[in-house]
Amino acid sequence: MSKKHVTTTVNGDPAEFLTDPATSLLNALRDELGLTGAKEGCGTGDCGACSVIVDGRLVCSCLMLAAEAEGKRIETIEGMAQSGVLHPLQQKFLEHAALQCGFCTPGILVAAKALLDANPDPTETETRYWLAGNLCRCTGYDKIIHAVMDAAADMRQVRRAS
Amino acid sequence: MAQRDYIAPTSVEAAIGALTSAGAGARVLSGGTDLLVQMRSGRAKPGLIVDLKAVPGAIGVRQAADGGFVIGAATSGAVLGEHAALVKAWPGVVEAVNLIGSTQVQGRASLAGNLCNASPAADSVPAMVAARAIAVVVGPSGQREVPVEQIPVGPGKTSLGPGEFVTEFKLPARPARSADAYLRFIPRTEMDIAVVGAGVNLTLDASGVVTSAHVSLGAVAPTVLLVAEAGQALVGSKLDEAALAKLDAAARAACRPISDKRGTVEYRTQIAGVLARRAALIAYSRAGERA
Repeated sequence: MSKKHVTTTVNGDPAEFLTDPATSLLNALRDELGLTGAKEGCGTGDCGACSVIVDGRLVCSCLMLAAEAEGKRIETIEGMAQSGVLHPLQQKFLEHAALQCGFCTPGILVAAKALLDANPDPTETETRYWLAGNLCRCTGYDKIIHAVMDAAADMRQVRRAS
Repeated sequence: MAQRDYIAPTSVEAAIGALTSAGAGARVLSGGTDLLVQMRSGRAKPGLIVDLKAVPGAIGVRQAADGGFVIGAATSGAVLGEHAALVKAWPGVVEAVNLIGSTQVQGRASLAGNLCNASPAADSVPAMVAARAIAVVVGPSGQREVPVEQIPVGPGKTSLGPGEFVTEFKLPARPARSADAYLRFIPRTEMDIAVVGAGVNLTLDASGVVTSAHVSLGAVAPTVLLVAEAGQALVGSKLDEAALAKLDAAARAACRPISDKRGTVEYRTQIAGVLARRAALIAYSRAGERA
């Protein structure tokens, strides 16, 4: 079996790794790059715990081969806080207690960031549909949705002020 | 352990060559939302994975000179949903693609993958069949154009020969006052597999009379069905109750479903008629707004 050499950008920094041809991007992130924020919940694209952003597009990293990441720009939960300052979504998740066990949280934060990047003013319905591919077995979702809506409102205010 | 490799050829010829020489052990990869799940479960053990996304034209939408559309086989649902001209011309096709999976899956899943995975419940397929879409197939013996309903031949099986794959889809030019719609029934609001799907594509004359109609059904037979009698039931009508009742009956008569955890034969058959009616009314109203 020939290993593939993959050159990519992860959270703004160049990264390279060797991977087996059939290894998922999720496993490469976790095992080759030591980025364990993205989680494997189901491994079949149903739970969203492995969500990352590839070239600006939200994807399940369990449904993408690591070899496909060649030349791509990848954003993971590890890049969300900037210089030790939490992203507004992360801050609001804490304030609203939008997590319990936390296993789904990195995926939900990345998915919510992708939503607000694309649509800074989503309705609650849009937010619920956007996050339908992120399963949480603890919170019952309401706190998560409230945290995302609250973060979106804060971010819009900051944008207006600046 | 079997030998495994991954390649991303940058030409159609290279892709055909790789698939042909690797034989039955090769699998084509576009979005991967089905293939990676099958690899993980052990159902698929490809010796060679041929990623088609680097082939020129594999990703993207372009409008042909005659007003029809050409869609790259590996174009994701998210890209299709953001293409304003495509959404306007083919709302049913786009709403069908966009029903597949989650936001994450939409970022990857493609029309060709949905078609060639050959699930009878594939959401984009009934809409593409009703749209009379053409799949452009290439392979060792050249290129051929195939109506999409002829690609799947049964659950998980296609009519593609060794070394063949779909490069793009062609959607025909639209006459005035044309529109389509797709509805699927699932017991929840998101993230589920169709119990039944129904696609309707029709064209009206200036007075609102249907001049041409195509109706397709998913998840009620081993492959997606193009139901000619159901389309005929609408032609010459303004979708009055008599025409809708004929459509409903023709749709039910075409069903050959199985009973499984998603629904019984009787239930699926009943729902097929109901969804065909509702999709027809939506397509009719959309077409009327284009008068």
